Amino acid sequence: MDPVRGVDLAFWYILGISVLLLIAITVVMIYFVIRYRRSKHPEPADIRDNLNLEVVWTVLPTLIALTMFWVGWKSYIGLRDVPEDALEIEVAGQMYSWIFLYPNEKETEGELVVPLGKAVKLNIESWDVLHSFYIPSYRIKVDAVPGMPTYAWFMADKVGEYDIFCTEYCGIEHAYMLAKLKIVPEQEYLTWLETEE
Amino acid sequence: MEQVKSFYETPSPAGLTGIKAWLLTHDHKRLALMYLWAVFFWLVLAVFLGMALRLELMFIGETIMGPEVYNSFFTLHGVIMIFLFVIPAIPAIFGNFFLPIQIGADDVFFPRLNLFSWYLYMIGGLVAVISLFTGDGFADTGWTFYVPFSVSTETNVSLTVTAAFILGMSSLLTGLNFVTTIHRMRGKGMGWLQIPLFTWSLYATAWVQILATPVISITLVLVVIERFLNIGLFDPARGGDPLLYQHLFWMYSHPAVYIMILPAMGIISEIIPVFSRKAIFGYKGIIISSMAIAVAGSLVWAHHMYTSGMSDVSVFVFSLLTFLVAIPTAVKVFSWISTMYKGSILMTPPLLMALIFIYLFSVGGLTGLVLGAAGTDIHVHDTTFVVAHFHFVMFGGTGFAFFAGLHYWWPKMFGLMYNFKRAYISAVLAAIGFIFHYIPMFILGLQGMPRRYFDYLPQFETGNFLAGFGGILMVAGILLMFINLWVSFRVRETATADPWGGTTLEWSVPSPPPLHNFVNEPEVLEYPYDFSGVLARAAKDKG
Repeated sequence: MDPVRGVDLAFWYILGISVLLLIAITVVMIYFVIRYRRSKHPEPADIRDNLNLEVVWTVLPTLIALTMFWVGWKSYIGLRDVPEDALEIEVAGQMYSWIFLYPNEKETEGELVVPLGKAVKLNIESWDVLHSFYIPSYRIKVDAVPGMPTYAWFMADKVGEYDIFCTEYCGIEHAYMLAKLKIVPEQEYLTWLETEE
Repeated sequence: MEQVKSFYETPSPAGLTGIKAWLLTHDHKRLALMYLWAVFFWLVLAVFLGMALRLELMFIGETIMGPEVYNSFFTLHGVIMIFLFVIPAIPAIFGNFFLPIQIGADDVFFPRLNLFSWYLYMIGGLVAVISLFTGDGFADTGWTFYVPFSVSTETNVSLTVTAAFILGMSSLLTGLNFVTTIHRMRGKGMGWLQIPLFTWSLYATAWVQILATPVISITLVLVVIERFLNIGLFDPARGGDPLLYQHLFWMYSHPAVYIMILPAMGIISEIIPVFSRKAIFGYKGIIISSMAIAVAGSLVWAHHMYTSGMSDVSVFVFSLLTFLVAIPTAVKVFSWISTMYKGSILMTPPLLMALIFIYLFSVGGLTGLVLGAAGTDIHVHDTTFVVAHFHFVMFGGTGFAFFAGLHYWWPKMFGLMYNFKRAYISAVLAAIGFIFHYIPMFILGLQGMPRRYFDYLPQFETGNFLAGFGGILMVAGILLMFINLWVSFRVRETATADPWGGTTLEWSVPSPPPLHNFVNEPEVLEYPYDFSGVLARAAKDKG
């Protein structure tokens, strides 16, 4: 499955159940407060516990939580399993820009250009402090760590321009450590790759 | 009840007068109040810092401050809120005041150590203030002090870290004092299953304080050593490992989240039964879940690090453990709600605040599931989604539980009652402002806006504007709440010993309590939330 779709389904699954639970908790709470207000219900019952009920509300949430864990983990695997034919690009973070190095040694700053229809693997590193490479549209994020290479990948499936952010606080211009991802048709990419800037 | 002198009129040690009777006191109640005023000061300061940050973010570009100030402000906001408000507030104020009374003791086991902890707290705060005005300014690292940035930045990180170290000591010693007190000083008839749930929650918390705090202390010392001696523990340029720092940092700071929330859960577990006039549902279940949270919560720290570059196996293990820690939390929420079933519920300001707590805390807890799941966390990690999530837990949760506790125990601590109407208005205003403040941040985070950003792209402007607007309402609500409490000192409407009809021992002593807490030998109930006595008294009063 397409990794973006996998992550989005996990979001819908977890958030959906959460919203239902929240509504249930809130409605029951408000209902009890009104239904059992002292002016209408002066004599409280003396109920101290109920083992069966407690077992049920321990076991059921455990099962639900485990399915959430599994859905989340599956979607994570989608972000980690890189297709073998992926185009590899080296990425370096530095205060305060992103540098991209292509297979033919071409280097750009603040602009990542990739061909449509290709899987792209980004090998990420930092030249100074911690940064974090984030493309919201492709749901990928990984820290750039000095001396420890990390990676992320995405399927360039739609022509367009996408935002790239730094999400690990890195100093005074952290908020301006931005870049653009441009997905272009393959022919355009090849021409771009060969032009000197 | 016979007329007895309150602890305000009886200094301890005897003979001290004036300010000395406070600054050298061994009385746990006076110390609790000294913490109260200091905590108030820091809370108000940090609220205004936070408000300044949100005002800056209401519009694109620089509006009221530049990026240097902004970065120092969010660091300062975090450090103050975490180390000077959320961690100490409930244990140091309500814990100090009510833990000994709830177990039938006349003080904590180490009264002098208790005084020493207060001084450490004050010194820690003072060092934080000094680090603002000396060297090259306050740290701009965020409260997480991530290396290598915290090692390389020019700002005053060493002094700020020292402040956090001293505050950690204060918290650790308070925990030690509480554990010893609960083990050694319980009154006659007070077995483990007669202990009220607030004290139980402090017991679970205290163990986390004792076991986890040394880890952060050592880590912070290592950061200072790294800065001065360049020995290369964490700095990769010198062969160190920045991930090692993150592991050590979160090994404390995640359990610290439970130091912050467990006592808050304890307050809610007191308030709900009292105003429902009904036994807490599942007393043992709540105790077990407190201890389970303390244990399991210590094993999930690396869920802050899914994007850090650690191995996928670690991500698997920590994600799984994180989901397991959600269970005891869910159990508590279900227990609170079931307590109200067939109760006899009287709406009061503390109860309203406790209900707001349940709602806001549930939102915080449930959005935590998205962050615990590996794939979804990758997208929202280090975005404003996380900021909204932990503010729902720490502020909507611990903050509102603190407000609820303040209104619940105010008559006991001061012997004075406050105005109910203003208390309701302030709580509702703060809650509505809160929701407007943080819900937009969830949406911004899902859209991909990173946190700790001084400025942002145009697509994020509407959300940030709304958040700032909600923030103004929220701050207005909180200020009104504090003013209302302050006014009670002027109006002086006296409170009775037991204005709510509680079953725990603090309601059997005068308001405010005498120096040694109990006038007569306390009568310990076989089951601590048995309301038959309260109901009988209420029926008799009615005639």
